[in-house]
Amino acid sequence: MSMTMTIARREFAGYFATPVAYVFIVIFLVMTGVFTFNVGSYFERGEADLMPFFQFHPWLYMLLIPAISMRLWSEERKSGTIELLMTLPIPLRSAVLGKFLAAWAFTGVALALTFPIVLTVNYLGDPDNPVIFSGYVGSMLMAGGFLAIGACISAFTKNQVIAFVLSFVACFAFNLCGYPVVLDFFSVWAPAAIVELISTLSFLTHFDAIQKGVLDFRDVLFFLSTIALWLFLNMLVVASNKAKP
Amino acid sequence: MDVLVEAEGLNKRFGDLHAVRDLSLRVSRGEVLGFLGPNGAGKSTSMKMITGFLEPTSGSVRIKGVSIADDPIRCKREVGYLAEGAPAYGEMTPRQFLGFIGAVRGLSARQRRTRIAELAESIHLEGVLDQPIETLSKGYKRRVGIAQAVLHDPEILILDEPTDGLDPNQKHEVRSLIQSMAAQKAIIVSTHILEEVDAVCTRAVIIAKGQLLFDGTPDALAARARYHNAVVLTVARAHVDRVCEGVRSVVGVMALETRPQGASLVEVVALPQPGVSLVGEIGGLVREQGWEVSGLNVERGRLDDVFRDVTQAALSGQAPLS
Repeated sequence: MSMTMTIARREFAGYFATPVAYVFIVIFLVMTGVFTFNVGSYFERGEADLMPFFQFHPWLYMLLIPAISMRLWSEERKSGTIELLMTLPIPLRSAVLGKFLAAWAFTGVALALTFPIVLTVNYLGDPDNPVIFSGYVGSMLMAGGFLAIGACISAFTKNQVIAFVLSFVACFAFNLCGYPVVLDFFSVWAPAAIVELISTLSFLTHFDAIQKGVLDFRDVLFFLSTIALWLFLNMLVVASNKAKP
Repeated sequence: MDVLVEAEGLNKRFGDLHAVRDLSLRVSRGEVLGFLGPNGAGKSTSMKMITGFLEPTSGSVRIKGVSIADDPIRCKREVGYLAEGAPAYGEMTPRQFLGFIGAVRGLSARQRRTRIAELAESIHLEGVLDQPIETLSKGYKRRVGIAQAVLHDPEILILDEPTDGLDPNQKHEVRSLIQSMAAQKAIIVSTHILEEVDAVCTRAVIIAKGQLLFDGTPDALAARARYHNAVVLTVARAHVDRVCEGVRSVVGVMALETRPQGASLVEVVALPQPGVSLVGEIGGLVREQGWEVSGLNVERGRLDDVFRDVTQAALSGQAPLS
């Protein structure tokens, strides 16, 4: 466990060693603001909740999470440091988990910096704060899910741009897999049971329930098991791709 | 002997490319093994297998008797490794980077501080400890990589081209560092610089096209040179014919060559039959005949020549020397 934290600390500091962290956080905060107040008509609705804030998170993450996850493994492979990492006495699971936790913590920092909106809504009205808390938990879990997918994909390629684009597409698919745009692609050839299964994997649907204040065990479990599955795949991909030129 | 590293029948295939063929070697404590070969010979691939980065297609690696396939973490703890190109996290400073490596290696915060301070002094990193690694020169990057490899004072040290990109002074420092550690450790150093073998290695192996072609001491390697133990007489051009005639009559001379040295001098090179020493005989002859000789040397044999002979035979598909 301490090994995992050593990896996580190094990786987390790595975000802040370059402008990436600051650019990301600023863009994230500006975009949440734009979506909440302009697109989401926060004031015009006249309701004391953060619905307009949370409802755009799946779409924001779809675009921004791949920007965080793309470097996790592809940069290690590009710069050759993966050889260093894999010849140090570090279990693979610690490396994979440590990197993921660093990226997740970084997302947490960005999300925590949206606190003024909570203060605002409490100043303007009398919101249901447990619902808001639930929204944050759901947002964090969803971010974890996207990050795990992105981390796994970044282990496939040395090229961060490719990692970004593929992760973006994957996040898009997982957002919308309860919707015709994705389901139609499968329903043509896959059996109904498979299509049914795919439709239950939608991040959007699971997040929607949580952000409305229903912190259902099954939704939480969905995100946690999604994270676990993708991190496991991440280990397999790293093990088989680490030395590929 | 205390064998610390054992590689047994290592093979590595990348698709159709058979990068390493049936490589076996053992390295004991106190040995510095020079790992030689032309570029692309399979040196780095072999080292990657010994350090557990690559899984061999077949064969096994044991570190202090433990199979790396069975317990990779335990084996990796025993080894310090400088990988090809000295990879390091560029955004970190050497102090942060070595701190991270120390933490992974299980050193306490205090041990890390003292060790980093020691190494900064012994391999001259003091001035750059707090600059991002990506801004450092190649020489400094290489030294950060070496510091990383020796940080936890491992018993086994594997260095892939440790002096690549260093200037002559820095090379000398790194060699001194290796020599100072040699007695307690088993060290493998890959290089294609042959002077390095003479300078630091107690044993040399040559591989080409993934195959082990030679395994022995640097002296045994030099003994394979065409000019090993050849006697070189430097004489005035006017006397060449007379000297040649005299030397040719010495018992044990296999062949005679002449090499012009500047305008007025010529080197007469007498190549001995295997195992024969000519220097006594020829020295005596010089005195007896009263030749005016401006130089009399015994050649040790140039490693470069042996290296070229051994590897080119392999590259052209002929059977290796044995």
